[in-house]
Amino acid sequence: MDTLIAQLQRQFRDYTISLYHQGFLDDQFTELKKLQDECSPDFVAEVVTLFFEDCEKLISNMARALDQAGNVDFKLVGSSVHQLKGSSSSVGAKRVKGLCITLKECCDSQNYEGCVRCLQQVDIEYKTLKAKLQDLFNLEQQIVQAGGRIPQVDI
Amino acid sequence: MATKSTGGTEKTKSIEVKKKLINVLIVDDDPLNRRLHEMIIKTIGGISQTAKNGEEAVILHRDGEASFDLILMDKEMPERDGVSTTKKLREMKVTSMIVGVTSVADQEEERKAFMEAGLNHCLEKPLTKAKIFPLISHLFDA
Repeated sequence: MDTLIAQLQRQFRDYTISLYHQGFLDDQFTELKKLQDECSPDFVAEVVTLFFEDCEKLISNMARALDQAGNVDFKLVGSSVHQLKGSSSSVGAKRVKGLCITLKECCDSQNYEGCVRCLQQVDIEYKTLKAKLQDLFNLEQQIVQAGGRIPQVDI
Repeated sequence: MATKSTGGTEKTKSIEVKKKLINVLIVDDDPLNRRLHEMIIKTIGGISQTAKNGEEAVILHRDGEASFDLILMDKEMPERDGVSTTKKLREMKVTSMIVGVTSVADQEEERKAFMEAGLNHCLEKPLTKAKIFPLISHLFDA
């Protein structure tokens, strides 16, 4: 059992580090982890869930606005991407935040094709992050179920 | 509508050191930010209530009974934004410390206008314990 725990902890450490090194996460995610404690053991999962709900809602709003080709409400798109940039910044979703910055620039210059392309990338990126964080949370669960502790990972 | 989460006392060896619990109002239309700020306040020793926009914050103060040590005020909100809310609360003689929470995209003139509405300080998102604690540590003095 100890070997299994050690193995899982190693996997968790390596996976976490890879998420930072590949640019999926930044320091703000570390700040979220620091806030989590025994009284709020699911805080990070809770906040991340709120973020992904934000992503779905705002991407859907933007897609609907961009569907009105020739009559696009760029102000609405801009406002939605501003909100999404804020949310991604709050959870440390570095790549999503970066794409939001690019999307905002396309929106400000009313570059329709640029907006459409960028929004597609945002959609792919948030779904990729969602899957990766789910894998990370699954690893945490496996460690706890095996009787181990989640290791502190210094980035 | 109001979410209260608490900090507490801390024990140093056998001596119980009572820290004052600060009472905080978090005004933000984003549920993610409300949750994050709630948690930050809890970990630094405060209790918090939340308002989804400026209009709710004003309504909370309307009867003159509300008493917050600190108000965290988001700038961009529907119904009533942070600038308008701050102005209104100061007109209502609210003396709470108000810290504005801005986005990195906000221009300098926008931040200045927000400060001039009656803020004590302005911080950029995302908020962290390290950003906020130095501004409010004096509020913990009982």
